[in-house]
Amino acid sequence: MAYDLSFAKEVYKKSEMGHWIKMCMQCGVCAGSCPLRAHWQHSPRQLFQMVRAGKKDEVLKSSDMWMCTSCYNCIARCPRNLPITHIIHGLARYAETQGKVDPKQPTRRFAVEVFWENIVATGRVGEAMLTMRLYFQDGIGAGIQRGLEMKDSALGMLKTRRLNPIPFRGKIKGYDGFKKMLAKAAELEVKLENKA
Amino acid sequence: MADVHAAGHTILVVGGGISGLTTAVEAAETGYNVLLVERDPHFGGRVAQHNQYFPKLCSPTCGLEINYQRIKNNPRIRYLTLAEVVDIQGGEGNYTVRIRKHPRHVTEACTGCGDCSKACTVEVPDPYNFGMNMVKAIRNNHAMAFPVWFHMDPEYAKSEEAKQVAKVCPVGAIQPEMPPEEVTEQVSAIVWATGWKPYDAEKIRPYGFGQYPNVTTNMRFERMANVYGPTGGKIVRPSDGKEAKNVAMIQCAGSRDHNYLPFCSRICCLASMKQASYVRNQYPDSKVTIFYIDLRAMDRYEAFLQKTRADQGITWIKSKPARIEEDAQGNPVVIGENTLTGERYAIPFDLVVLATGMEPNSALAGKVPYQGAAYDDYGFVTGGVLSAGCAAHPTDVASSVQSATAMAMKAIQVAGRRG
Repeated sequence: MAYDLSFAKEVYKKSEMGHWIKMCMQCGVCAGSCPLRAHWQHSPRQLFQMVRAGKKDEVLKSSDMWMCTSCYNCIARCPRNLPITHIIHGLARYAETQGKVDPKQPTRRFAVEVFWENIVATGRVGEAMLTMRLYFQDGIGAGIQRGLEMKDSALGMLKTRRLNPIPFRGKIKGYDGFKKMLAKAAELEVKLENKA
Repeated sequence: MADVHAAGHTILVVGGGISGLTTAVEAAETGYNVLLVERDPHFGGRVAQHNQYFPKLCSPTCGLEINYQRIKNNPRIRYLTLAEVVDIQGGEGNYTVRIRKHPRHVTEACTGCGDCSKACTVEVPDPYNFGMNMVKAIRNNHAMAFPVWFHMDPEYAKSEEAKQVAKVCPVGAIQPEMPPEEVTEQVSAIVWATGWKPYDAEKIRPYGFGQYPNVTTNMRFERMANVYGPTGGKIVRPSDGKEAKNVAMIQCAGSRDHNYLPFCSRICCLASMKQASYVRNQYPDSKVTIFYIDLRAMDRYEAFLQKTRADQGITWIKSKPARIEEDAQGNPVVIGENTLTGERYAIPFDLVVLATGMEPNSALAGKVPYQGAAYDDYGFVTGGVLSAGCAAHPTDVASSVQSATAMAMKAIQVAGRRG
């Protein structure tokens, strides 16, 4: 395993909220508070220590930070006030910009492809299209099977008006403004990256 | 030489725990007049609630008894119990202090014979043992209590029975109708030594204190291990009274945590090691597990840590546990991540002891009633009056005594200054 001793500084500067990692005192409360702890290999505490130790590839290629569901338990419990959820999302995003993430990583694929493209296309989340793309991304057979598995949830959501069944609802009012906002955000992001 | 000091050159010491007692006797023994004010019916404070001191594991009653003798033998010390300083005016060298005396309902004629306690039929939760057992509504806290005079609960004093109990007293010391009093005193220097309170463990929601009977705190455990405690010194599970032989100690419970107390109380690591020895000595086949973030055994306490480490019956897990749940047998299950191995654990115990920290009384009900009083971020007293022991910073008994002696010196300097 290669150690990149500049990695910690890189994360503090370039990964969103990454500088907070310096504050971690390695107590382990985040690990014990996480409801997803059966699904990751390294706890937030371990990831932070790996960042400090310079285990660049191991951190950036890890699927651990993609398991976060943003329940905020760790933030609420952290004795040193670290915004752990945000640090974890920052690391995931940084790994993506560095091209280190397995393209088949399911959460990455959902966030970076399915969800993002869906919302950018119209300015709103189209639940019907979103669900369809997500279910059918591994082929028609897998999609039908997944759809049948989730049938009861979907019907329940329809009934309680939590899911709009119409696949094409067109663009939101003021879509041009929305696009401008995105362009501005992208511009700022580039600026920030160059600054770092 | 000492006699030349005018009556006005009095040093007021607020709080009669180990710090206040020390400041009072040290200052008085140099010839100054001292007024010692204590809020409780007896002196001794938190130290009187301890079973043993670390690191020598001797009984605190010994050290307290020496100080009580020094007070009794020194005519320069006046003391008030069940009394609170409610207002301070003026400034260094010339303070006017108002003191409220709560009625004890027992006069200083009391000999401590205990006939009144025997006659009393009403029991109340025992504050001295954190309410873990019931005691008579007229009593003294324990056999070594000083002053020895009994005290009566104010609610009980209003009852019809209190009048009957008063007749039992062979020296006529009981006065259920004793009124509260206020006195005004002129003093030259003030030393604030109001000490600390165990942090309210119910606030640490993930640990379930108050919800799970077998999760207790270090101060409660201290009482449980003591012969005057609720179990007569037997270490048991509060839920079913069974011997607690598999005990967990959780360090930094509600300490070094921005959700609770942000600072380190400095004593809990050593206190837990000491308490581990209570369990190990009582039950040779017992197991103690200490969960810690890092161990803070300063300078000479390192030897105590080494001694504790040598005990094979004690397991150390580097981890701040995330939460506690209860299993079907009523065992508290401690859940977290071992930060040395990365392993996620869920371990059941007979009893879990939370090593809670010190909250300064000056951050709670015991604020200094003086306009010039200053505090640090956590409520410890830093200015306006002199402060000693745990009113100034969280610390152990030995350094409290050092700090209290130093403050006696400061107080003498102020009181001895001639205008």
